[in-house]
Parts: sequence; structure tokens; C-alpha cells
Amino acid sequence: MKEEFNIISNLIEENTRVLDVGCGNGDLMKFLQENKTKDIRGLEISKEKVQNCLSKGLTVIEGNAESDLKQFPKSSFDYVILSQTLQAFLNPELVINELLKVGKKAIVTIPNFGYWRVRLQLLFKGTMPVTENLPHEWYNTPNLHMCTIKDFYNFCSSKNIKIFKSIALKKSRISEINKSNLNYKNLDSHLGIFLIES
Amino acid sequence: MNKNIDTKKIIISNPLKLDCGKEINNFPIAYETYGELNSEKSNAILVFHALTGDQYVSGKNPITNKDGWWSYVVGENKPIDTNKFFVICANVIGGCMGSYGPSTINESTGKQIGTDFPIITINDMVNAQYELIKYLEIEKLFAVVGGSMGGMQVLQFVANFPDKAKLAIPIACTSSHSAQNIAFNELGRQAIMADSKWENGFYSNYKLNPDKGLAVARMAAHITYLSEKGLQEKFGRKLQDRDSLRYGFEADFQIESYLRYQGSVFVDRFDANSYLYITRAMDYFDLSKQYKGNLSEAFKETKTKFFVISFTSDWLYPTSENREIVIALNSISADVGFVEIESDKGHDSFLLDVPSFLKTLGDYINSTYKVINERRI
Repeated sequence: MKEEFNIISNLIEENTRVLDVGCGNGDLMKFLQENKTKDIRGLEISKEKVQNCLSKGLTVIEGNAESDLKQFPKSSFDYVILSQTLQAFLNPELVINELLKVGKKAIVTIPNFGYWRVRLQLLFKGTMPVTENLPHEWYNTPNLHMCTIKDFYNFCSSKNIKIFKSIALKKSRISEINKSNLNYKNLDSHLGIFLIES
Repeated sequence: MNKNIDTKKIIISNPLKLDCGKEINNFPIAYETYGELNSEKSNAILVFHALTGDQYVSGKNPITNKDGWWSYVVGENKPIDTNKFFVICANVIGGCMGSYGPSTINESTGKQIGTDFPIITINDMVNAQYELIKYLEIEKLFAVVGGSMGGMQVLQFVANFPDKAKLAIPIACTSSHSAQNIAFNELGRQAIMADSKWENGFYSNYKLNPDKGLAVARMAAHITYLSEKGLQEKFGRKLQDRDSLRYGFEADFQIESYLRYQGSVFVDRFDANSYLYITRAMDYFDLSKQYKGNLSEAFKETKTKFFVISFTSDWLYPTSENREIVIALNSISADVGFVEIESDKGHDSFLLDVPSFLKTLGDYINSTYKVINERRI
């Protein structure tokens, strides 16, 4: 978690306006508030988590990214962050489009379904993968649209979404993703972090 | 009802031009304060009361001898902690607890003003209370807070005085009174005006009181403050002090007895004309209309931080109407937080012991106070 926060923080310029979509209990918001910018908002669907955030004095709105992002004006944030949440939406493509409308840039992190540990579970055990990063069983997972680093990379190029930076994370090892190492990073990383712009 | 109330009061000498076109001056505003103003004057919170509230937010209400109407929220070690904050609450104009209202005695006639009192609006109420803030020499409030009609006043206050509060917390309210709300208010007003003792509003001249009408108004309104589930769970079809139905029109059911009681205690503390005037003010409230149909415009000038709260079972001021406020604020990139609190207690939730509401509100106010103070350093 900490590594992901650091990477996200490093992608953000100081004193910019940030929206964290699916901000959970506000850990990333707090982290960014202490390290990068005071001007940060959150959007979260769970009442309980919204209340936790508000209790910490964080500015969070209870709402659903799929329906509530459109109330923000175009480019009203410098960065919109979607941390490990994309796979949980009914319509991830719509959410990405909304992110890129509301934010000048978006930071999207995805748990990589192409990670070898994940692949091996399906290959050898023949069961849906359950890992540290993807702890749910098939019958109770909130993740409707799992994807791989490669999937997201290809998605961006097919939709003409500019990738400014793409970073792969394995445990605490950080590396850059590019066209030539894509297949390898897709196999050997548990998380992908993308800084994108429409 | 202005019965020799020993309350803090100031006389506003500045003329106040009302929305109806009339002008008032030298009028009283009754208020109460809790806690102490710090030397930087940075810890003041103005609380706005709802339809039947008054300035007695916390502690013992000297008129009713009951707890103040927001005792769950305001007081020592409460979510709005009076050890830390200086809390101000004024009786709205049109009210009957010492501020200028229809039961104020007209000095030239020695009689109550009655329905000669001008029609007032939420805007007028807020402008009058701003005079109190000036009198207390508070340059900037830390927060303005209120539920229901109090929430409407919060919205109007920030619209009128965009740089006078750092934080605004409108709770269970709306930016424009809905047809359903107007309908219920009209029902209450008609009940009062249908009482033969109302005498066109001059009942005090005849030493009368439209108690029956006012009680019915309160009973009807009280139902709207609860939820169906809450009513069913609390009362169901339980009978009142009897084992079987009596085949008559007495209060067989507990819910009937409860409502009759609510009506009867209400008439002892509230003036019927005030009920007419204040419900009218609520019905006239339409903040977006004041800004040519664009609610966002009302808040364009402000840097005030907002925290909007609604309740799941509130059907009088439903979440959707509270959300409209959030949407208007978001569309101008204002600083706004929002949560809908889970509660079965209906619109009244904001007045009651709803732990997740009290906790979230208290934590938010305290951590925001800390953040804002740290920033200043």
C-alpha cells in the first residue's frame, strides 16, 4: 500500500487539486494531504467509509463514480485518482471517460490479473485466483471486470488515451512499463499504475 | 409566548427592509449563547433553529423546563462542545420566544401585533440575525449550522454573507420548498385558521387561543417528522391503557394518544400566529429562484467549506433534495462533503440520539476546526 501511495504522490505536482475516486477510509487522501496538496476531495460509495473520512476532517462526498462524477465541471481537478477500483465498476470504460473529463489528468492503478501468481492458480489449481491483492472468492468478489496491465495498456492505445507514465510494482520493486517490456511486466508485477490524459 | 420571558435580547435599530417590501426597525432579537468566545474570536458557531425551535439550544429551556432542542449536539463534551466553541442561537423573527413576531406587543396600542405583522422570509430571518453577529462584534464565524429550516438559513446566510463563515453545515434541508412541504404547511395553517378562536389572528385581543387548530397542525406536522418504519416499530397497533377497542373515538391506539399529547404540549409553548408566519417563510424559500434559477450562483462568491447531511428515512427533506445542494456546489468546484446517515427516525433524526450522525458531525467539526487553525499558523 505504502509503495503505491508513494508512486501516486510522486506523479502529482505540489499544491494541485486532486479528487480521489473510491477513496475508502481516506488513507491515500491523508497521505497526499500531508505530502503533496491540501486541496483534495474524495468520492466514496460506502456510507461507513464516508463517515470515517469525514470524521478525519476529509472532504468526501457519498456517491457513485458511475453516476456522480458528471456533477463536477470539466477539468475541475488537476488529477483524478482511481486506486484499485476500476475493476469493481459495472462500466469501467464510462468511468475512465468521466475521470478524463473531470480531471486534466487521471491516475489509475490496477491489480494485475496477468501476474504469474494469479495465472498459476488458474492454470494449476483450476480455480479462480485468490491472492493477497485479490483476496475474494469468485462468489463474493466486488471485482466485476478484472484486467491485466497489458489489457489496460492496449485499452489506452485503442481509445487514444495518452499514457504519460506507466509503472509496474512487484512487492516493493518499482519499474517503468514500456512497449518492449510490456509482456514481461504483465507477468511479473502485481500492480500497474498509469498516469493518463485524454 | 412572550410571557415575561427573561431572555437575552438586543434591539436592532438599523432599519431592515423585508422581502415583502415593508421596513422594520427598533425590533428585538432574543438570543442565547453557550461557552466562551476566545480572544481571537475564532470559535463562534451560529446555530439556526427549525420551525418550532428557539434560542435555547442546550441546557434547560427556561420556558418549558425541558432540555434544549439540540441537547444531543450542543453542550459540554457534546459534538459541538461548548468547552471549546462559543455557540450563539437567536430566535427567528416571526417567532414567539422574545424576537420580533406576531405576539410582540405593539407599544402604541398595548396589544399583540397579530396578523398585522408583516410576512417574513428566510432571507429576512438571516438578515436580522446578521445584526446580532455584528452586535457581538464577530468578524467571522467558525461555522453556521442548522437542520431543517435551520439548514435553509445556513444556505441563505452563506449566500448573503459569503465571507462570514468558514464552515457551513446544512442538515436535512432543501434549497427550495417542495410542493409536498408546502402542502403539509398549508394543512397546518388551515387547521389554525379554521379554529373559531383564531379571530383572524387577533385572538389575544379577545383573550382567546386557537389551541385546537394549533394542536391539529402540530399533530399533522409531527407525522411528517417520523418514518413509517419508525412509527410501526414504536407504536404498531398497540392500544393505549386498555385491553380491547372501545368502539368510540377516544384514543384507543397509542399512536393517537401520542399525537394528542404532542399537540397539547405544543400549544403551551408556541404561538399560533408564529406558526403561520414561519411556515409561510419556509414555503417562500427558493434559493435558486433568488439567483435566476441557478442555485450554484448563490454560492459563487464564497470560499466557505460545506458539509451537507441527510437521513435515509427523511421523506420530508429527502436525500435527493440535499443532494441537489451538493451538486450545485460541486458544479462550481466548491469545497463540499456529503453523507446520508442511516436512520429510521425520519426527518427528526437530526434532533435525536442517532450515534453515527452525532459522531460524524462532532468529529468533522473538531477536525476541521483543528485543520483551519493549523493553516492559520
